[in-house]
Amino acid sequence: MAATGDGPLVLGIETSCDETGVGIVRGHTLLADAIASSVEEHARFGGVVPEVASRAHLEAMVPTIERACESAGIKMYDVDAIAVTSGPGLAGALLVGVAAAKALAIGLGKPIYGVNHLAAHVAVDQLEHGPLPEPCIAMLVSGGHSSLLKVSDVTVGVDPLGATIDDAAGEAFDKVARLLGLPFPGGPYIDKAARSGSSVAIDFPRGLTSGRDLERHRFDFSFSGLKTAVARWVEARERSGEPIPVEDVAASFQEAVCDVLTRKAVDAAVVHGVDDILIGGGVAANSRLRVFAEERAAAKGIRVRVPRPGLCTDNGAMVAALGAELVARGRDASDLDLPADSSMPVTTVVA
Amino acid sequence: MLLAFDTATPAVAVALHDGERVVAESTVVDAMRHGELLAPGITAVLAEAGAVRQDLTAVAVGVGPGPFTGLRVGLVTARTLASVLEIPVYGVCTLDVLAAEAVDTSAVTGPFIVATDARRKEVYWASYDEAGIRLDGPHVSRPADVATDGPVVGRGALLYPDAFPTFVAPEHPRAGVLAEVVVAERAELLDPEPLYLRRPDVAEPGKPKRVS
Ligand SMILES: [Zn+2]
Repeated sequence: MAATGDGPLVLGIETSCDETGVGIVRGHTLLADAIASSVEEHARFGGVVPEVASRAHLEAMVPTIERACESAGIKMYDVDAIAVTSGPGLAGALLVGVAAAKALAIGLGKPIYGVNHLAAHVAVDQLEHGPLPEPCIAMLVSGGHSSLLKVSDVTVGVDPLGATIDDAAGEAFDKVARLLGLPFPGGPYIDKAARSGSSVAIDFPRGLTSGRDLERHRFDFSFSGLKTAVARWVEARERSGEPIPVEDVAASFQEAVCDVLTRKAVDAAVVHGVDDILIGGGVAANSRLRVFAEERAAAKGIRVRVPRPGLCTDNGAMVAALGAELVARGRDASDLDLPADSSMPVTTVVA
Repeated sequence: MLLAFDTATPAVAVALHDGERVVAESTVVDAMRHGELLAPGITAVLAEAGAVRQDLTAVAVGVGPGPFTGLRVGLVTARTLASVLEIPVYGVCTLDVLAAEAVDTSAVTGPFIVATDARRKEVYWASYDEAGIRLDGPHVSRPADVATDGPVVGRGALLYPDAFPTFVAPEHPRAGVLAEVVVAERAELLDPEPLYLRRPDVAEPGKPKRVS
């Protein structure tokens, strides 16, 4: 990989949840994407345990930074800037990354950019598909967030169009997986089981897609009712002593989630007259979501961009990608008293 | 130049030592803002001493015990700075720093205890001889279980006067003392590993709740 070339050289750190990510980017070129995950330590708890994640971040931080520099073939003092997720996310976990980033900024004498995790999920696509189409509609779906955004300039601000009013989409995958006896995190296991099931076997509800709900929550999501409907259906089966058709439940559940997500994303693009939809976050790795989005968007003459799965889940490269864009567009850096902000609003790109 | 800091108590303490003496020191007490205050504290002591980052030859950090979130700010900063500057990092038990200051100022003349706030109605504590050598600890306990009428250094005594009626200064650790302890090797030098003393609070989930 080329360590030289065009654009600013930026090291990005991501610790908002359970992945310790350090990425290195030059302009739109990915040079390194080192990740240490504590997901296995959380699996038996059925969800991420904040203190366990924070401890793992501390242990993984320096080795992951060093691994990223090594695989990028750069010296740390060559970087032009440090970028770090300063929110939203788990407060204690964010703080480990922010403190490490400040130490790098002091040690290297370079500026620091505390960036919004969601904007970073948008910017990462540049590493794979080149400059972002602006404006675009970004749909970010993961275990921690489900948002529909209009992005006019990823370095200045994003307009929230809608978000989940209860569970995040990825959370629904985790909960349904648990009901079906599948491992955590649920997304990949549901996706796999669904491949041999029927997506029309069970007609699960599509939240906020009709009548009054649609008027008030046109671009919002709700997955709590769906999750409960799946639980009811499974319990009724158990009571009558019938086996649970895991593949069919998985496929029908996944179909309901992807139907709602893609319907709303395409509707947002049409309403706002935007020709490009970008999908990111861990749930973007779902095979059905991608196909569904492409079919529906194509019918309206809209393009869909989805980064490869490794860039959709949380990683340091996405933070570096946004950092490089901030430097390239001459945006102001953050101060060294930058806080970690667990509830950083999506409208703030740089803290 | 040795850069020393401790974030294991409500104080964010930073100091710079030139091998002979402490040349700059800053202490801000704010239990909620360690992550915000430490980095500006470091640049402030460097500026005050007219030093630059390239002058640093080692880092010293308090490894606790202390509330986890603040403690980690200090440790990840120390490890990362040391890595990027390619200099060594030394850890010292935070309670040893409090003990050293109490001995140096003659606030104690015999054996004593150091106790700091462990939250959840508990203290982190250790016992010392008259020279400030740690005899027992660090541990985390309820104040009533380790109550003593003898001298107790640190904020733990101020928080729990029923258990520790004889508070002795200092209340918080100073990074200047941490630096002196490391330069003179007056305490055990440790790896920069946090002394958590508690496991994370977690419970394995039961079966999913029924909805119908
Ligand atoms: Zn994310």
